[in-house]
Amino acid sequence: MSAYSAVPLLSHEGTKARKHEFFFVFSCLRGVRLIVVALGTVVSFATLLATPPVVHAQNRGAPPPAPTPKASAPIDLTGYWVAVVNEDWRYRMVTPAKGDYRGVPITREALQIVNAWDPAADDAAGNQCKSYGAAAIMRVPGRLHITWQDDNTLRVDTDAGTQTRLFRFAPASAPAEKPTWQGRSVAQWERPGGGRGNPAASGPRAGSMTVVTTNMRAGYLRKNGVPYSENAKVTEHFDVGPLPDNGQVLVVTTVVDDPRYLTQPFIVSSHFKKEADGSKWDPTPCSSTW
Amino acid sequence: MGSNTVLVNVVTLRTALALLVLLWTPLRLYAQAELVGSWAPRNTEDISRDSFPVDYLGLPLNDEGRTRALTYNESQLAMIERQCEGWPPFYFVQGPFGLKIWSDTEPVKGGTISFTIGAWEDRAPITIWMDGRPHPSKYAEHTREGFTTGHWEGDTLVAFTTHMKAGFIRKNGPPSSDQATMTSRFFRHGDILTVLAVIEDPIYLAEPHIVTKSFELSATPMSPVGPPCVSAFEGKRPGDSVPHFLPEKNPFVDELTKLFHLPREAVLGGVETLYPEYRKKIKDTYVRLEPCKTNCGAPPPR
Repeated sequence: MSAYSAVPLLSHEGTKARKHEFFFVFSCLRGVRLIVVALGTVVSFATLLATPPVVHAQNRGAPPPAPTPKASAPIDLTGYWVAVVNEDWRYRMVTPAKGDYRGVPITREALQIVNAWDPAADDAAGNQCKSYGAAAIMRVPGRLHITWQDDNTLRVDTDAGTQTRLFRFAPASAPAEKPTWQGRSVAQWERPGGGRGNPAASGPRAGSMTVVTTNMRAGYLRKNGVPYSENAKVTEHFDVGPLPDNGQVLVVTTVVDDPRYLTQPFIVSSHFKKEADGSKWDPTPCSSTW
Repeated sequence: MGSNTVLVNVVTLRTALALLVLLWTPLRLYAQAELVGSWAPRNTEDISRDSFPVDYLGLPLNDEGRTRALTYNESQLAMIERQCEGWPPFYFVQGPFGLKIWSDTEPVKGGTISFTIGAWEDRAPITIWMDGRPHPSKYAEHTREGFTTGHWEGDTLVAFTTHMKAGFIRKNGPPSSDQATMTSRFFRHGDILTVLAVIEDPIYLAEPHIVTKSFELSATPMSPVGPPCVSAFEGKRPGDSVPHFLPEKNPFVDELTKLFHLPREAVLGGVETLYPEYRKKIKDTYVRLEPCKTNCGAPPPR
């Protein structure tokens, strides 16, 4: 008798064992089928979620136009904002002493300008706005009024010095312009996940704005004549966050690169609180001394 | 049969959940920013490394906070029991040092359990718990480093600190109570890390104190710890009185007014002095300073 034939196939015990075996195999197969179905469902669902909207649009015909920078803004910067001077108080709220450049990494060439600061000469030359240029204006105590000038241009007005900055998201190839205090600013949104300027990469409603400004007139980082040159480049990052009591704070990180007058980038971060309206808006002209 | 059906359903459910987690996790990580590394200070903005004894400029102190601050005598730091007391977590955005940040990860899914901002000699490490644990009971022990939890909002890390010991908002005496809290937001832009800290204190502040500071990513590794603090005799013996100034007797209260022509009310801090209107208020009374002769800035390299 072979070993195989020794198994009691027709006995009651054998039948019970076969039944168990059958149910086990059947259950496993059913489990596998259900897993496959589940996998398919999950993958289909995930694919649907991950498919960019443009694919659906293509199926219906021409792709829709890309949303404008205004329409696709990941954060809302518009409104009235007031500077809160918790830092560098004696360099911002009053005019520091001539020759005081503490905290600014200046070159020897810049030091000569620092020591030669003459506000009366700036007045006479019509240069009262030298300390209100793009590299310094966010550090000046005052208010910002931020609005959309058009779908591609964010406009920032300051009441201190009555300056206007235009952040262009879609800069046309502009002809060579004469340098100005506020220079030429190119903006882009930054979105979570590194999706610079890419709305498809947006996550939750969060993000920031980066602005690069060049083509400025030479100016002062501080009221007392600490200089930046006409070749300086200003990179700014705008972030917002909540404050207690439903408030909002705007943080502007400013990086000034100027190999002529700075030995390393000059980095400051300034903060503003959002205000309900413009009732405290108080435009004042530039001043060389205050 | 019934038990097999349950088993199959459990397997199916677990598989589906595991897949969802796998699919979701990379998306979630993708939306975050890498904060781990050495972040060097540039110190081109306000830092409290050289404060004058009475310099509360820019602080929204209330009357109680100001009164308490004016009693502070820095000789307290000579007392042996206070030499290694250290400063509260606020100091990480106010001091002159950089940030060494590292993370601990959960070994299976790779999720971040915590970030740690390394210590300095006079500040304890700050651990930011990212695993969803709750803050302790309000009756729990308060420590020098406090208790901090964090979460991501987009690619911004938001941290919330409670359970700090009473201490100081600045090193020269403005106090913080054990009810103070700090909400920090870490904004990374390329190699620049800007930290926004909002300090609330119902006892000593009239409104939240806002501090921002930027750091630059450094290829040079920073130490995760400071040198050990070792107490030694510095002229104060156990049992000696705690150095302090009685009300109206602080001899330094007008030092900044004399040196920089600043109004006393601004030197002593207060909400009104933080806003542009105050600048207009003092414009006509401010006396311009003589040119700076000493300590005017770091000499430029030759």
